[in-house]
Amino acid sequence: MGLSGFFRRRRSVLPGFGLTLGLTLLYLSLIVLIPLSATFLKASTAGWSAFWHTVTEPRALASYRVTFGAAFIGALVNALMGLVVAWVLVRYHFPGRRMLDALVDLPFALPTAVAGITLTTLLSAHGWIGRYLEPLGIKAAFSPLGIVIALTFIGLPFVVRTVQPVLQALDPELEEGAASLGAGRWQTFRRVIAPELWPALLTGFALAFARAVGEYGSVVFISGNMPMRTEITPLLIITKLEQYDYAGATAIGVVMLVISFAMLLSINMLHWWSGKRYA
Amino acid sequence: MRESRLSEPPAVRRFLIAVAVLFLALFLLMPLAAVFTEALRKGVGAYLAALWEPDARAAIRLTLLTAAIAVPLNVVFGLVAAWAIGKFDFPGKHLLITLIDLPFSVSPVVSGLIYVLLFGLQGWFGPWLAAHHVKIIFAVPGIILATIFVTVPFVARELIPLMQAQGTEDEEAARVLGAGGWQMFWRVTLPNVKWGLLYGVMLCNARAMGEFGAVSVVSGHIRGQTTTLPLHIEILYNEYHAAAAFAVASLLACLALVTLAAKTLVEWKTSQSLREPAHEH
Repeated sequence: MGLSGFFRRRRSVLPGFGLTLGLTLLYLSLIVLIPLSATFLKASTAGWSAFWHTVTEPRALASYRVTFGAAFIGALVNALMGLVVAWVLVRYHFPGRRMLDALVDLPFALPTAVAGITLTTLLSAHGWIGRYLEPLGIKAAFSPLGIVIALTFIGLPFVVRTVQPVLQALDPELEEGAASLGAGRWQTFRRVIAPELWPALLTGFALAFARAVGEYGSVVFISGNMPMRTEITPLLIITKLEQYDYAGATAIGVVMLVISFAMLLSINMLHWWSGKRYA
Repeated sequence: MRESRLSEPPAVRRFLIAVAVLFLALFLLMPLAAVFTEALRKGVGAYLAALWEPDARAAIRLTLLTAAIAVPLNVVFGLVAAWAIGKFDFPGKHLLITLIDLPFSVSPVVSGLIYVLLFGLQGWFGPWLAAHHVKIIFAVPGIILATIFVTVPFVARELIPLMQAQGTEDEEAARVLGAGGWQMFWRVTLPNVKWGLLYGVMLCNARAMGEFGAVSVVSGHIRGQTTTLPLHIEILYNEYHAAAAFAVASLLACLALVTLAAKTLVEWKTSQSLREPAHEH
């Protein structure tokens, strides 16, 4: 398409461009942009030193450690297991495959509060799983392990759903070529398939991690919410709000917003790297 | 010989299937089974009673009201945004898509917080609203606003790639044949995206009815007045009414299953329409 083609497409015969773009921008401004900017403005009224003091106090630092640590481990588990699940769902045929495939999206569709009370019940000392962990000395509910499990649950679909389409689209001739050149199966996977999967795997990991960092509903029931030990950052915001410490809640909220923006940016760059806007 | 090089040895294959199935069974099937088992722990009578008591009914009403406002608004937004982004070229398009995705990346708690900072007593408009006796935070309007915020991307996200992929030829043909703007939209555009739209609506609705963090911040937890279903579940659970909490939770779990079924249906329909490219008008 030459320059004239470019301009012809811009002056399309289709109606409504100005109206729909205008409405889109208006709606986004009212619902998203203005409230977000107001939050940053509010944080700036408190002054830099007060802000810095709030976001670096020991309880806040401990909450970042818990939140990011658990989110990282959860996303890592999901990267590994998500790869296996995606591989099995795309490559193998076995009874129940289609049902499991459909169920992978359950954590997207199930409200987080429901996930929270269910996982807590399963993992508590009398629960279906917890009763077998208790004698082993493993405390799954009301511990950091519980947070990791909840965050693994809510991040489960991301890696599967980013890796799956890439595996499906993989040209079988690549593998045939490698095999005919004498590569063993493991070698083919490592040298031919894995390089194709990396960007999708990394994107899925980043999406699961980003989601887990902000998660509240599924964690708040299972974590036990002990300050310094199992208190996640979103809960710290709620605690500050309940104590009418609006400046403190705002400061921590701004930290979380900045982190969200940074992750959104890196995820977009990953998408760009993997060559498609929508995985 | 060649065959074995193109697939894994049977033992590896069986091992991988076992690992995947075990993982999904533990993380997906077991929680799902647990919701319904716990819900019926005290019998069908207690189950129905938990759904029928006044606070539960009030929570169901508020949840339906919230979804009835948030979902249609975001459906209109999704259609409007997807039309502008999917059918036209303009600078800053990617930035706009990123902006639409933004509420996905914001923690639900922060999504609620930003509205407290706007409309709460300590917020920008707080004093003015208080002077005019308008209550948004710790009241129903705040719940609806926070729900709208967290569900902004759902419909748009489904429709944008779809409209982009479909291009503009069908609509251009309709225009050339003399169709007006609305006629083109109802007869050509909407039928083309209907399955994606259905799935977007289902996802948007599931999130609107199930949102917890954002709504929790703005609700104030006034029983029978500002508690949606997820907040009602939280209250019941924290007061050790586990069976009642799970009874209410089972409603939302059913909604999740219906959403997944809709997704499977939509994927099946889309793969069918790909197989036979002729339009079914």
